[in-house]
Amino acid sequence: MADPILEVKNLHVHFETHDGTAEVINGIDFAIDRGETAALVGETGCGKSVTVKSIMGLLPSATIPEGEIRYKGEDVLSLSDAERHSRRGKEMSMIMQDPMTSLNPVLTVGEQMMDVLKWQGRPRLSLSKLVRDALSTGAKAEHRKRAIEMLGEVEISAPERVFESYPVELSGGMRQRVLIAIALLSEPDLLIADEPGTALDVTTEAKVLDLLDELVEERDTSVLYITHDLGVAREVSDRINVMYAGEIVEQAPTADLFANPQHPYTRGLLESIPTLSTGIGDGIEGHLPDYTNPPAGCRFADRCPHAEAACHEAYPYPRQTGADHATACHLFDGLPARERHESLAAERVDIGTAPWLSAGGDTHSGDAPGDISADGGTDQ
Amino acid sequence: MSTKTSIPFLDTESAARKERIRQLKRGFRTFAGNKLSLVGLAMILTLVVAALLAPYIAPFPEHAGAGVYFDQASEPPSATHLMGTDTTGRDIFSRVLFGARLSLLMSGIVLSIAISIGVTLGLIAGYLGGTTNTVIMRVTDIFLAIPPTLLAMAVVAATGASLFNVMVAIAFSWWSWYARLVQGEVLSIKEDEFIESSRALGSGWMRTTFREILPNVVSPITVKATLDMGFVILVGAGLSFLGLGAQPPTPTWGAMIAQGRNYVTSFWWIAVFPGLAISFAVLGFNFIGDGLRDVLDVEVD
Amino acid sequence: MSYVDYLVRRAIHSVPVIFGLSVLIFLISRVIPGDPVRLALGPEATDQQVAALRAEMGLDQPLPMQYADWLFGVVQGDWGMSLRTNNNVFSDIVARLPATLELTVVTLFFAVLLAIPFGVVAGTNKDRWQDHLSRITALFGVSMPRFWVAIVLQIVFVVSLGLLPLSGRLSDGVAPPPAVTRLYLVDSLIAGQFGTFLDAATHLLLPTVALGLATLAQVMRLIRSDMIDEQRKDYVLAARAYGLPNTLIEYKYMLQNAFTSSLTVVGLAFGFLLGNAFLVEIVFAWPGMARYGVQAILYQDFNAIVGVTIVVGIGFVTANFVVDLLYGYLDPRVRLEEG
Repeated sequence: MADPILEVKNLHVHFETHDGTAEVINGIDFAIDRGETAALVGETGCGKSVTVKSIMGLLPSATIPEGEIRYKGEDVLSLSDAERHSRRGKEMSMIMQDPMTSLNPVLTVGEQMMDVLKWQGRPRLSLSKLVRDALSTGAKAEHRKRAIEMLGEVEISAPERVFESYPVELSGGMRQRVLIAIALLSEPDLLIADEPGTALDVTTEAKVLDLLDELVEERDTSVLYITHDLGVAREVSDRINVMYAGEIVEQAPTADLFANPQHPYTRGLLESIPTLSTGIGDGIEGHLPDYTNPPAGCRFADRCPHAEAACHEAYPYPRQTGADHATACHLFDGLPARERHESLAAERVDIGTAPWLSAGGDTHSGDAPGDISADGGTDQ
Repeated sequence: MSTKTSIPFLDTESAARKERIRQLKRGFRTFAGNKLSLVGLAMILTLVVAALLAPYIAPFPEHAGAGVYFDQASEPPSATHLMGTDTTGRDIFSRVLFGARLSLLMSGIVLSIAISIGVTLGLIAGYLGGTTNTVIMRVTDIFLAIPPTLLAMAVVAATGASLFNVMVAIAFSWWSWYARLVQGEVLSIKEDEFIESSRALGSGWMRTTFREILPNVVSPITVKATLDMGFVILVGAGLSFLGLGAQPPTPTWGAMIAQGRNYVTSFWWIAVFPGLAISFAVLGFNFIGDGLRDVLDVEVD
Repeated sequence: MSYVDYLVRRAIHSVPVIFGLSVLIFLISRVIPGDPVRLALGPEATDQQVAALRAEMGLDQPLPMQYADWLFGVVQGDWGMSLRTNNNVFSDIVARLPATLELTVVTLFFAVLLAIPFGVVAGTNKDRWQDHLSRITALFGVSMPRFWVAIVLQIVFVVSLGLLPLSGRLSDGVAPPPAVTRLYLVDSLIAGQFGTFLDAATHLLLPTVALGLATLAQVMRLIRSDMIDEQRKDYVLAARAYGLPNTLIEYKYMLQNAFTSSLTVVGLAFGFLLGNAFLVEIVFAWPGMARYGVQAILYQDFNAIVGVTIVVGIGFVTANFVVDLLYGYLDPRVRLEEG
């Protein structure tokens, strides 16, 4: 973690609902290095999109996230609305999930792209700019050229035609490419990709993912990749953060995570990969907990096949289980991965070795259990 | 995001009933918490009570009819004549009270007729299907497309000016929305039943109508009818303003305004107070309707 | 699917409405008033006289035939004579139509124009004071009878404050501008008579307010709720994520979508506006069709009644066609998707 472009530290988000306060994000920490692609994996409703909106500053104004979100070292949560606005799109941009609904249906693709080039980062509409734009045909031609060039870069074969088209005239795959093109128009340093391609058929999705991979590679863009599919995360990302019910339960470099999945939830997810047709988490019995009344201890305990009495009582702080591997589970031994949990570590309950290790030849997974009890240094 | 844990083995029948009761309770709280709708309810209750007790609370009940009291003609509002008197000396407040009876009664009757026609036609079209359905719904579409004010005006124009004709004319132009709603509901229920069992038509239709179709359309009809109570009063007032409604000396609000219109330069109160009464009534129904719409969570229009 | 195809399709769609309307008008004119022959000849006519006239008027034909004859005449501009004015009904109406058109079109235009910003502000500030204010104002706006608002405006602005003219289209002594469109606002500008323009505008002001207040309220609430629906859409979140200014998102992106869905109801609102124009014209002694129509009703002048109804019906159908036209223009999905 030499030079993180984005660091999220102890982020909390809660919503006021009819049934009380919902603790939707409960103290998460993760970081993305420059040029790295990090994945945030979890089932629908686990808090992925709230995390993304917190980073982008797009939560409803009544909801104020607590904690730190550092972008290039600067805590964006402490910035004014105008300052955050000026960074959106230019510094950090986003590829929306659903290509069918994320383009404005009543404007041509070209007009939407030109608007981004013209207005991005500006606090409001200004009459003087409107007039100046109307008069200067030069800037307009330049914007048009840039937009068409960008459409070409996302491998759209007839960029001029698509530029003039309304979204309704384009296929889903085309629209997804347009969404990528718009997000990359201003060459942002951080790109948040919210499950791009999920709404498309498998072959188109694969093509779009390859394209995206190439584009960010060329530009050295850092990416936060949101997905519910560990298989996709494995293909695109350098690092994986597994999220469950508003908490990050395991984080590790991609290869490490697949070689040595630790958290029972991660293991559950890995088992459900082959059944692509079912949603994530379907392979694991039970449902996400009630956010307005979350369990006192581990939020996953109710669904965990290895849960013990203590799991329901004590908070499973993330612990260092490898050089660059952290897991929030009592079944693992390790120093707290975050300083703020050091006091908890003193009174931690020792549940012993993970059951699938002691039982040996467990049916859970064919993965070799790695060195899970090794002490890791706290490098964060 | 769904954060609710589902309990699969709970008796679904009683769960549904409990859910409905819970919704009703929540709806009642929403309605009670909605200040506007409470205000509206109070306004309409006041109006209804005033209309019912008009002969007893009107200071000059005999002024409801014809009469000439020149010694007190065109008096501005005072303690004796709260809303002043008209050019023949009749107490406007008393006449407004009696006008409330007519307006509420007219609106109520018109809507009862319109809703009966609409529901009946909707049921017939939905159940019989085929050509009958097509014909009825085409006619409904035409009626939906013509603004009721205009249609009612044309009908009264042809039939002649009287309160009865006004009511028939408005009802005649007002049923289409209800027909469309009920027909849609019958169709969707029929579709469900074809899939589940084959008892869609036949002897079960009475039961289906009262147990499945009507309960489903009660909410939107209630909201729409509440709002329409106000609008029918407006249309009726407009027609009687033109002299097409109940003939003088019947104290309709619209006719009173028409009388006062000739004296706006000298006796403003003659036209203003009956109009306030209309606005008060319509506003009351709109307040309630607006609140009901939130509570019952239906879109009308 | 081109825009033209779409328009043709919409035009075809309005055929049943026009047909239904004409049948209704025909029935109203022929069937409801009872026997027009008896009406025409009076109670002393003999049976022979009645039968003769009946045959002459084609009333011994079956109803569908009568309808066809009637429709044929109407299409040719043969709308009969007015019993009251002794003029051809068609020319009577043509003389009065521009005044009504001017009033209703100007009213609709300003009502919608003002409804847009008010609706956007209310919609983007849902449940805040702006929204509550707009809700209460709108409820008051639709609850007051327009003809009464007209009278109250007269009392306040004419009788008490003496600011504006009481009635009519022009002041006494001001000559109408040379007739081109017969819309005074337009004609006075064409002729360069700015004094006349101003005079016509001040005469138009109160009728427009009285007539348009409720329409403004209706359309404003509609745009508000459509704006709220739009707010939840993905493209809005996307536009915000691209760093577009909120004002652009609200007034360009969301408004165009919201306005498109409000448009169809604007057509209906125009129907209410037309009906109420009758009442407001009476109050302001506006020399339009309404006074003519109302007098026709009171004098049982059937040809005139039917004529006015036809014109209003055509106006309403036309307005809805214009709405469709705009709708297709504003929303590419309508004209590009199969339909």
